[in-house]
Amino acid sequence: MGDTILEMRGITKAFPGVVALGGVDLRVRRGEIHALVGENGAGKSTLMNVLSGVYPHGSYGGDILVDGRVRAFRSVRDSEAAGIAIIHQELALVPQLSIAENIMLGNERTSWGVIDLDHTTRRARELLAEVGLAEDPGAPVAALSVGRQQLVEIAKALAKDVRLLILDEPTSALNETDSAKLLRLLRELRGQGITCIMISHKLNEIIEIADTITVLRDGRTIETLDPESGAVTEDRIISGMVGRDLDHRFPDRVPEIGETFFEVRDWTVDHPTQADRRVVDGVGLHVRRGEIVGLAGLMGAGRTEFAMSVFGRSYGRFAGGTVIKDGREIRTRHVGEAIANGIAYVPEDRKELGLILDDDIRRNLTLAGLERISARAVIDRGGEVVRAEDLRRRLRVKSRSVLQTTGELSGGNQQKVVLGKWMFSEPDLLILDEPTRGIDVGAKYEIYQIVHRLTAQGKGVLLISSELPELLGMCDRIYTMAQGRVTGELPRAEADQEALMKLMTTTTKTRG
Amino acid sequence: MGAVRELLRNNARQYGMLMALVVIAVLFGVLTQGLLLQPANINNLIMQNGYILILAIGMMLVIITGHIDLSVGSVAAFVGATSAVLMTGTGLPPYVVVVLALLLGGLIGAWQGFWVAYVRIPAFIVTLAGMLLFRGLTMILLGGETVAPLPASFRAIGSGFVPDVVVELPYTIWLLGITFDELHVFALLFGAVASALVVLGQLLGRRRLRRHGLSVGSRPWFIVKLVVLVAVLNAFTFMLAVHNGVPVIGVVLVVLIVGYSFVMNRMTIGRRVYAVGGNEKAAMLSGVRTKPTTFWVFVNMGVLSALAGLVFAARLNAATPRAGNLFELDAIAAAFIGGASATGGVGTVVGAVIGAMVMGLMNNGMSIIGLGVDWQQAIKGLVLLVAVAFDIFNKNRVRASRTAAAAASDGSGGTGADPVPAAGANGSAAEREPDPPPGTARTGGTGAVAGSG
Repeated sequence: MGDTILEMRGITKAFPGVVALGGVDLRVRRGEIHALVGENGAGKSTLMNVLSGVYPHGSYGGDILVDGRVRAFRSVRDSEAAGIAIIHQELALVPQLSIAENIMLGNERTSWGVIDLDHTTRRARELLAEVGLAEDPGAPVAALSVGRQQLVEIAKALAKDVRLLILDEPTSALNETDSAKLLRLLRELRGQGITCIMISHKLNEIIEIADTITVLRDGRTIETLDPESGAVTEDRIISGMVGRDLDHRFPDRVPEIGETFFEVRDWTVDHPTQADRRVVDGVGLHVRRGEIVGLAGLMGAGRTEFAMSVFGRSYGRFAGGTVIKDGREIRTRHVGEAIANGIAYVPEDRKELGLILDDDIRRNLTLAGLERISARAVIDRGGEVVRAEDLRRRLRVKSRSVLQTTGELSGGNQQKVVLGKWMFSEPDLLILDEPTRGIDVGAKYEIYQIVHRLTAQGKGVLLISSELPELLGMCDRIYTMAQGRVTGELPRAEADQEALMKLMTTTTKTRG
Repeated sequence: MGAVRELLRNNARQYGMLMALVVIAVLFGVLTQGLLLQPANINNLIMQNGYILILAIGMMLVIITGHIDLSVGSVAAFVGATSAVLMTGTGLPPYVVVVLALLLGGLIGAWQGFWVAYVRIPAFIVTLAGMLLFRGLTMILLGGETVAPLPASFRAIGSGFVPDVVVELPYTIWLLGITFDELHVFALLFGAVASALVVLGQLLGRRRLRRHGLSVGSRPWFIVKLVVLVAVLNAFTFMLAVHNGVPVIGVVLVVLIVGYSFVMNRMTIGRRVYAVGGNEKAAMLSGVRTKPTTFWVFVNMGVLSALAGLVFAARLNAATPRAGNLFELDAIAAAFIGGASATGGVGTVVGAVIGAMVMGLMNNGMSIIGLGVDWQQAIKGLVLLVAVAFDIFNKNRVRASRTAAAAASDGSGGTGADPVPAAGANGSAAEREPDPPPGTARTGGTGAVAGSG
């Protein structure tokens, strides 16, 4: 184990106007799982792009040594030839091609330019077995879940005889089961002598699996930690990442909870295309003023589907149920009606569902509340800029002005803009769907503060999250869902990870 | 020095097409030995190409919502033919026919909008069908014949002039090869009033920006811009004044340009059209009724197609089975030359106007120097490609420099800001797979909601 497979010495990389890496050292032992952690912007992805030849030799400073020899990769192809493969956060599979074709893509065995189909299928089957995926190699990749696509990506890397596998946020889009499966696979690969570098924000996973942890901050190596010493805790890693001690990952709050003002009864939704598939089945819950209510569940439990359906029936086919607000039934037949009744929904996928990336911050902020800044359908553009600027300052969105395009902002700042859009519409109930997914610790903390400010104004919040510590740290009360049904309701004092997990998995066995 | 370069770079996209327009005007001015910019030809230019401008405005809206309309030429022909048959056959007065024609256009637009917005058939297919359908109907209606002549009061739409006070000059003036012997007072007045409005609007806009603490361009640059704008405007109306005055179609065009600019920039419906095109799902989840929005954009296109058909028939003084052939391509080209994005969400009415002027100038100039239709088409095709390539090149450059600037300004702040992944991710994505536009390249992602739209 003492043998070094990779050494990066004094790596520097500058983009026009900004230094992304200011001298990073990284030493990876052969056959280990090496975690690379840091806030967004610390330089993790840039470092891996340097290593894999995305940024060619000459465009960065410092040396890369593989097996003790200095290498100069001019392209991804060069680094692959040296046995290095990178799996990006956003998967690079061709959805229409079959699993086998994807696995062998760029690596096909051919004779006279004709692909040897037998070999392709056989090899794909072997590799699928290796990653523990029982799928037909001829099935199209598009039919697979994200977790399975990730395994196909790994099989594809294995097809190239990878010795050093780099994974960028491999579990960020996976549910707990798939994450566990992936981590198990990484351990197996380690047993076969494959070295792994893993970038992740999920610190509990890292502590569980990594042999070594390197912390980056502001483009520099801060420290290298050894989890086996036992002294490495999540808080310890975070303090290395943010450069300060973080006693509380969640801001303090004294809840001031009022009376129940929002209630959903027997909400039932069918799948949009599959006729008799019930996605949400008789869900009932209530929210009090000033309360943060959590909604826990595994992927596919129907949380997002429930939320979107309540929010103007924007998911699936409505099959029944009532929404009661302030003691009387309200209608939410389309999104406009839901907004008019004081409901807001911050979607899970901010780029696809939350923002218009080509538009500036101002236009995104005001889109859901245009009537607040217009008279007779004519927009008061002066007032619009003033109010948008005010929101931008309150949310501390890091940008030049409200006229900057949202596509240019970092993930955390984009998320603040989406939140701001819904603050602008002044709702009474905010549904937040995975509001901190994929954003760094600092921005998470700011978002929590914003949520607290909203509840202090007497608004109710329904928080959907797949991260149990987040639910436990933020919520006053937590509902659990499984297979479209509410399976439990726990006040904060009685909730812990084990109890929640048990409720979230109560009925999953019946369906496999 | 750096400031000037920055200014030029940031405004290159905005002014790039305008400069291209000037270059084309000068080029053809020289090639036609000044004929292109003769007062008589300026009138021709407007009257012959008015239909492109009308269609380009509608097409810009369609493209902003992320669709396309291939049927506008056929719809224009069909409405023109129906109107001609109505006028010559039933003797309905032209103003009634015009109203009926615009209604018919709206109905046709509603027909196509229904399939696109509610049944969600791609607009390419729906309007390709419409292109064949309405061309066929035109031929059936006209039985292969041309209907002509049309009533004089109808012809005024295409070739009439606004009544004017004409002052005969005491003597003929020759200047730059142009003959002046009369002046149309209304045309001059028109120029003066328009100049005053433009200056006032610009000044107010600048003050508003400054009041909200937003950056405005430097004062000298602003003044130069105003002077050039006013000079061009008045030179233009002067040209009209020394010939026949203001064409009726010119007034229609000005009303359309001002009206649509206002709607798209200042009204909530305009904002919603941009939102639907920029990200339909996000717009829907923000309470925008995306389907009706798309539907009405097509209805609007239908009405403008009908108007274009009327103008063209009036100008030609005939309805022919082949009228409006390839109009759709002129309109689509104008919209893209004017800065529309094929992925939707981007484009301006002013851009469409500039694009239409580029197409019109080329049509007119190439006809004057006697190029055949064959060469005209080949050259227009190349210009379209070059214009859009220039635009994309420019956009990438601006984006790259902006990202770097944003990163630099954030980086000094220190704490939670996140400059590097933006630069890093964009950079790497661009180098890995240049084709897909940002935002569309995601596979899988968060699968749970992906299918919900």
